[in-house]
Amino acid sequence: MSLQITSHPPAAAAGRGSRPGGRPRGRLSYRGRQARAAWLFLTPSLVVLTVFVVYPMIQAGYLSFTSYNLVQAAQWVGLGNYRHMLHDPQVWNALRNTLVYAAVSTPVSVLLALALALFLNRAMALRGFLRSAVFLPFVVSLGVVSIAWSFLLDPDIGLLSDWLSHLGVTTQQGYLQDPSTAMAAVIAVGVWKNVGFYMIMYLAGLQSIPGELYDAARADGANAWQRLRNVTWPLLANQTMLITIMAAIGTLQAFDQIYVMTHGGPFFQTETLVMFTYRIGFENNQFGYAAAVSWVLLLLVFALSMVQFTYFRKRVVTF
Amino acid sequence: MATTLHTAAVRPQARPDQRTRTLARAWRAATVVAAVAIAFAVLLPIIWMLFASFRPEQDIVTNPPTLFPRAFTLANYREIWHAIPFAELYRNTLLFAGSVTVISLCFDSMAAYALARLEFKGRNTVFVGILVMLMLPFQITLVPLYDLLNNLHLVNTFTGMIVPRATNAFGIFFMRQFFLSLPKDMEEAARIDGASEWRIYWQVILPLARPALLTLGLFHFQYNWNDLLWPLIMTSDNSHATIPAGLSLFMGQHVTQYGMLMAGAVLSLLPVILMFLLIQRSFVQGIATTGIK
Repeated sequence: MSLQITSHPPAAAAGRGSRPGGRPRGRLSYRGRQARAAWLFLTPSLVVLTVFVVYPMIQAGYLSFTSYNLVQAAQWVGLGNYRHMLHDPQVWNALRNTLVYAAVSTPVSVLLALALALFLNRAMALRGFLRSAVFLPFVVSLGVVSIAWSFLLDPDIGLLSDWLSHLGVTTQQGYLQDPSTAMAAVIAVGVWKNVGFYMIMYLAGLQSIPGELYDAARADGANAWQRLRNVTWPLLANQTMLITIMAAIGTLQAFDQIYVMTHGGPFFQTETLVMFTYRIGFENNQFGYAAAVSWVLLLLVFALSMVQFTYFRKRVVTF
Repeated sequence: MATTLHTAAVRPQARPDQRTRTLARAWRAATVVAAVAIAFAVLLPIIWMLFASFRPEQDIVTNPPTLFPRAFTLANYREIWHAIPFAELYRNTLLFAGSVTVISLCFDSMAAYALARLEFKGRNTVFVGILVMLMLPFQITLVPLYDLLNNLHLVNTFTGMIVPRATNAFGIFFMRQFFLSLPKDMEEAARIDGASEWRIYWQVILPLARPALLTLGLFHFQYNWNDLLWPLIMTSDNSHATIPAGLSLFMGQHVTQYGMLMAGAVLSLLPVILMFLLIQRSFVQGIATTGIK
């Protein structure tokens, strides 16, 4: 299992006992030299990560207890920002939107990715083209393509709005301007962007399943659904774990499409925690408060990862 | 499309039974129709963008809307170079995304080599730390990071844009998973021959990691090429601005010139699409072998 921290390559453990030949050079033992080499290999990354990720993260934690606004020196306010958050309806709104976004977007993305992967794992015409087509949205800039989406969904000149109205799905204000549909539109674009990536991960998983298992299942008289249910799905548990974690974390941090398409509107209906943090931080200069809200987001991401982690850990099937 | 459908449909069947053959043929045709529908649905915004970039302004902003242009022009592509310093933006973006990709591939794979192939005390601690950073929302560090770079006088420099991106928790994790899947034999043989760890990394492991490196390279390149927020915050004038930031400025200044905006957008998408098409064959392999199993 990939995410298991304790998973050593078996060969590494074996190598310890049977020391490779050659006399140890210098005074360091074989293991000592290996440890020294390891730290040298890690140095560039650890320096960069410490200075530009860990330090700013700790600094953000400190700022969350202050009323910092980039102009004046940080004033210590203790738990003031966190207390304020409890009574701030905008925070609760953003939290609810974030959870709705994640709760809808994650399962839709994962199931759609699985369906596409199963469809595109068969021998068929146009397979290579189709795989590339579904993956393409992942490599293009969401900030740039969101402009095209906004255009397609425009109530007056939007192509998609026009087509949907022929199908009887009409909108007076436009999908992005109508409070009841704006979130769905933003979620759809988010799913569109990422589903190809998750599909490729599922394809990779499908290709690692030995064909004999299907032959055996067929010999036992299992139909297509039973093969999917009893062979494919359990053997994809690891993939599903990783994809679900990535999808959930990704949706909790969704920003580009919201910023470009709705800017959190209409009436804050699509304002998620990241969008809220951006607005109060970079538009209202309340950096202390923004830092406090982003720490809540961080805790949310952690909690979710841990829940998924323990849930899937029990269901892992290896072969 | 029709020819593909035809050739697919007339392929001889193993079973002679007429009804089964018709069913199989219908099923295959349905598959192709579904495939084309999926591709069209997925590519619609990009196709629309491409067409819009060749349309005169009044043909885009019109009712009823159409997908295909009623008039054709190259003016948008000609004018974008003069409306904003597009060549400069392009060069800046290439410098930023290119440097980050190369440096990050180097640092990520070095750290991953240590975490996957070498034994040392504290390995798990370092790895857990990397996993924690993997889950960290980038936005949380944005303000303190800007403050820090400001104090170092690195705002509005390429160094300030590139160095914080010189390594990446996801990249380390990704490469580590791939390295774990490699067999130990060649490495042990090299060690017995007295090769240094650096040589093993450089001459044994890295050549084996080609598909993973290409895949990660695509991720790094597209992420930084497309990134809007970071270059926007880090640059205060056009001399270091990148394309997404430049286009967003353009959006604000010439909000009605959609054709030109779309021409710029299409040009900005080209490098990542080309890169993806070039390496897509290694791509599934890169992910398949990256220990997600």
